[in-house]
Order: sequence, then structure tokens, then C-alpha cells
Amino acid sequence: MDFLKDKAAIVGMGIYKFSKDSDLTETDMACRSIRSALDDAGLTPDGIDGIIVYAEEDYDDIDITRAMGIGNMTYYGDVRWDGGASCSMVLRAAMAVASGSANYIVVVKSVNDASLKRVKKDWGELRSWPAAQETFYNPYGLTSDDGRIGMNVRRYIHEHNINSDSFGWVTQVLRENGAKNPNSMFYEKPVSHKDYLESKIKVEPFRELDYSCPVDGSIAFIVATAEKAKRLKRRPAYIMAGAQSMVKGTQFKTSYYKSSITDLHATEIVAKTLFEKSGVTHKDIDMLQIEDEFAPLVPMQLESLGFCERGKGVDFIEGGDRISVSGELPVNTSGGSIGEGNLHGMNHIAEAVNQLRETSTSQVKDVEKILVATGVFGPTSGLILRR
Amino acid sequence: MSVEYNKENPMPVPTRYFDYEGYWKGIDENKLTLQKCGDCGAWCHQPQPMCPDCHSIERKWEEVSGKGTVYSWVTYHESQEPSFKAPYSVVLVELEEGMRLISNLVDVKPDEIEIGMKVEVVFDKIMDEITLPKFKKV
Repeated sequence: MDFLKDKAAIVGMGIYKFSKDSDLTETDMACRSIRSALDDAGLTPDGIDGIIVYAEEDYDDIDITRAMGIGNMTYYGDVRWDGGASCSMVLRAAMAVASGSANYIVVVKSVNDASLKRVKKDWGELRSWPAAQETFYNPYGLTSDDGRIGMNVRRYIHEHNINSDSFGWVTQVLRENGAKNPNSMFYEKPVSHKDYLESKIKVEPFRELDYSCPVDGSIAFIVATAEKAKRLKRRPAYIMAGAQSMVKGTQFKTSYYKSSITDLHATEIVAKTLFEKSGVTHKDIDMLQIEDEFAPLVPMQLESLGFCERGKGVDFIEGGDRISVSGELPVNTSGGSIGEGNLHGMNHIAEAVNQLRETSTSQVKDVEKILVATGVFGPTSGLILRR
Repeated sequence: MSVEYNKENPMPVPTRYFDYEGYWKGIDENKLTLQKCGDCGAWCHQPQPMCPDCHSIERKWEEVSGKGTVYSWVTYHESQEPSFKAPYSVVLVELEEGMRLISNLVDVKPDEIEIGMKVEVVFDKIMDEITLPKFKKV
């Protein structure tokens, strides 16, 4: 049996509400979401001895530790690369508690992506990645994620002869879910497939309703061992398995030099690892919480995660029934990044916890196991969580 | 038609990053010069310090044919970068030698672009100090 299987759990969760302008620093929102997560778990800052933060925001592990007055951190660090980081952060916390490096670990990500109020304007300058950007992409006007990922999606449409109108079913379902969620940027604001078809083309092949919604907000989790989890007040979300993947030829959202630019190789490996380590099969998975920075990524991942054949993802989402809350494989029941707001996969993990606690605003009956996968076209990570 | 620039806004000017020097030296002479492993002969784009196939550090730079096909493309109908006038397209070109690179097409309208279209390198002097390899339809 895998060393980590069922050894750790998410025992607390705190969300600082999503908005277009938080009027707070990322550090401030991070602390508030951690305080909520501690209340949720029935813990105090004194009990915390580990922290994993996201590396590209204003704050770091020191700032949070000092701000929360935490006295004895024995495990700390950061993780990078957008959505690819979120499940990775939880995985690292799980490994750390399972190995005894710490007892209660905070995992937090806080972003002012909508208002862009932050001190670090361009975190990219920290690494050689910007040299590639400056030399090979920016001078040609490829300066944004929609263009970078649009390049892969255009090729996907071509290779499988897809009618891109079908991607609108993803948006319809995710906005339907988001419309029921008071934390969503689109609460009580569903859209139809027809609205999708009528939305304007921004960066072709994407229509406006293919895009996720940038937000200000923060989410924090507390991770502890399964043994400790049993003594806390909330129903634990047990971590059956976690996985990361970075494959040969990876470049952040611009991996254009591999033999295929449409195969989501890292997602395939994450899925394979998660199923091997957890010992469960596709049939055991009750729902998915997956990357949706742009709508076409949902059918692409359905293929790469192994829930349908290559090139058949669009058939799977056609009409939206199979991925809706009442469907055979509900996807992103909080609305995800398209229907709720883009907190880079942290909201996908939060929704998985809500479903397992039976506190979702789009609750599915008898949910036992959920696969979460975040990040594509770069470092990718995933979790299988269970009740 | 090619990409049109708003000259009043500063262009995102490339820096001559040390590991890419051979690429820029080629462009100075209107040649498309890419990195090739001096040991196993594998092409490598983007340039990097070590051959990803055989781990040799014997890098060399060699001119490529400049001929290829459009592998994928996007069109910005709304510009996200003030120095570029929308609409404009960005293409991913697959060279005969197998490597791919991001560029723009010259004298091709966005609605004329097709995957598989045959193209050939041209050099576009966009500013006194900057020349970029772009592609034209053949």
C-alpha cells in the first residue's frame, strides 16, 4: 500500500470572499482566511507548526507566521506555477504531517488578481522564464494566457475536427452551478449556450464566455494526520493520494516544442499516479473538480484523465447533461474558475471539501470520492479526496 | 498586411539573453540560426544550456532552411499589449527540421491563415535596433 494513502486529511477550511476589489492586501486576506480555517477546525494559531504558501504573491511564509503570531514553525516553504501549485501544496502538507515534520499545517493562497493591488507587479522576473518570453513570445504579441493557451486549443480543434460551439456547454453548466453559490462572482447570474454563441470573440479561438473570472480572494486549508483529524470538529476530507507532474519539454503555458501540443501529458501522469496510489478506479470517482481557466480545457482533461477516449471529450460535454450536478460525472460544482471565480484551483479543492462535508450549494448525494486536478500546459497536480 | 504597431507605445523589446546569443548573431546577418547539439546532432529550440537528449554541453548554432508550415495560430481581436494594433495573429510555425517557433505572418490576413499553410522566413526590421524573423506564405 502507498505510504501516504489515507494518512492525512483536510481538517479546516477558510475562504475570504471573492470580489472584484478586496481593498485589502493579499497578506491581509491570507491571514483572514487562515483565521477562518482555524475556527472551522477548532484550532488556534498556537497549534500551527507548519505552513505552505503560494510563491508568486506578495506575502511569504515569514509574513504569515509573524502576522499570526505563530511561535514554533517546524515545516514551511512555498510552491509555484498557478493552478499547478494548488494540489501540490496540499500534497506537501500531507507528506509533512505523515512524516511527523509538523502536526497542523496551513496551506494558503491569496490573490488580488482582479484589482491587481499588489506590491510585486511582475513576479516573472524571478526566473529565466521571462528571458524566453522577452525573446520568443512578447515581440510577436503573444503576451497573455488566452493567446498562449489558445495556440494549444486551436490545434486541438484542428486535430479532432471539433465544432468550437460545443465548448459553450461547459460554460452553461459551470455558470448554472455558480449561480447557486453565494461566494460566486456570478451568483444568480446563469448563462445559456445561446449566450455563449453570441459572446464576442476576444482572442480567437476563445469567446468571452470561454474565460475564467479573475478575482480578489483567499482560501486556506488546515492539514493534519488522519488520527488527529478524528478528534477535530469537522468531518475530515481524507487525502487518498496526491500527485505532481512536470514532463520533458515543459515550459509554463508555452510547451510548444513537444511532439504533441494537445495531449496534456502531465495530466495523464497525474491521473495514472493518483489511481495507482489510491487503489481506486475511474468508476469509483463520483465527481471532478478540474482546471477551467478556459472552457475547452474541460473536455481536454476528460480525455487526459481517462474518463473518455482521446478526441471524444467534446461528445462527453455535448448538451451538458453528463457533467451537470445531476449527471453521471458532475464537474466543478461550485462553478469552478469560470462559474465561481479563478482562485487557481484552491476553490476546486474547497468545493471538494464542501461536497464531502455535504455543505455544497450544488450538493450531490452520497459523494464519497472526488478527483481534483489543477494546472495544465505546465506543472500539473492532483488529489483524490474521500469522506 | 502584417502586424501593425502603435509606434507611440513602447514595444516589448527583446533583451539579448546570454544563452540566446547565437540566435541573435544569426538575426544580425538575416539568418535563422538555431541551437544544435555538437555531439548527438539533435536540434533544440528554445536554446538552453544542455542538450535535453544526450546532456552534452557542446552547443553549436546552425542556420535552418527557414521553410515550414503553420502548426497553429491565434488572432487577437482585442489587443492586450498597447504597442500592437488589433486584430493581429500569432502563429506557431513548424520548421522542416522539426522545431517549432512562435512568430507572425507578413502579408497574410487573419482570416486567410490555415493550419498546414506553407511558409518561409523573412526578416522584419521593426525598429532601428530590432529585427525579427517572421514568415511569408509560399
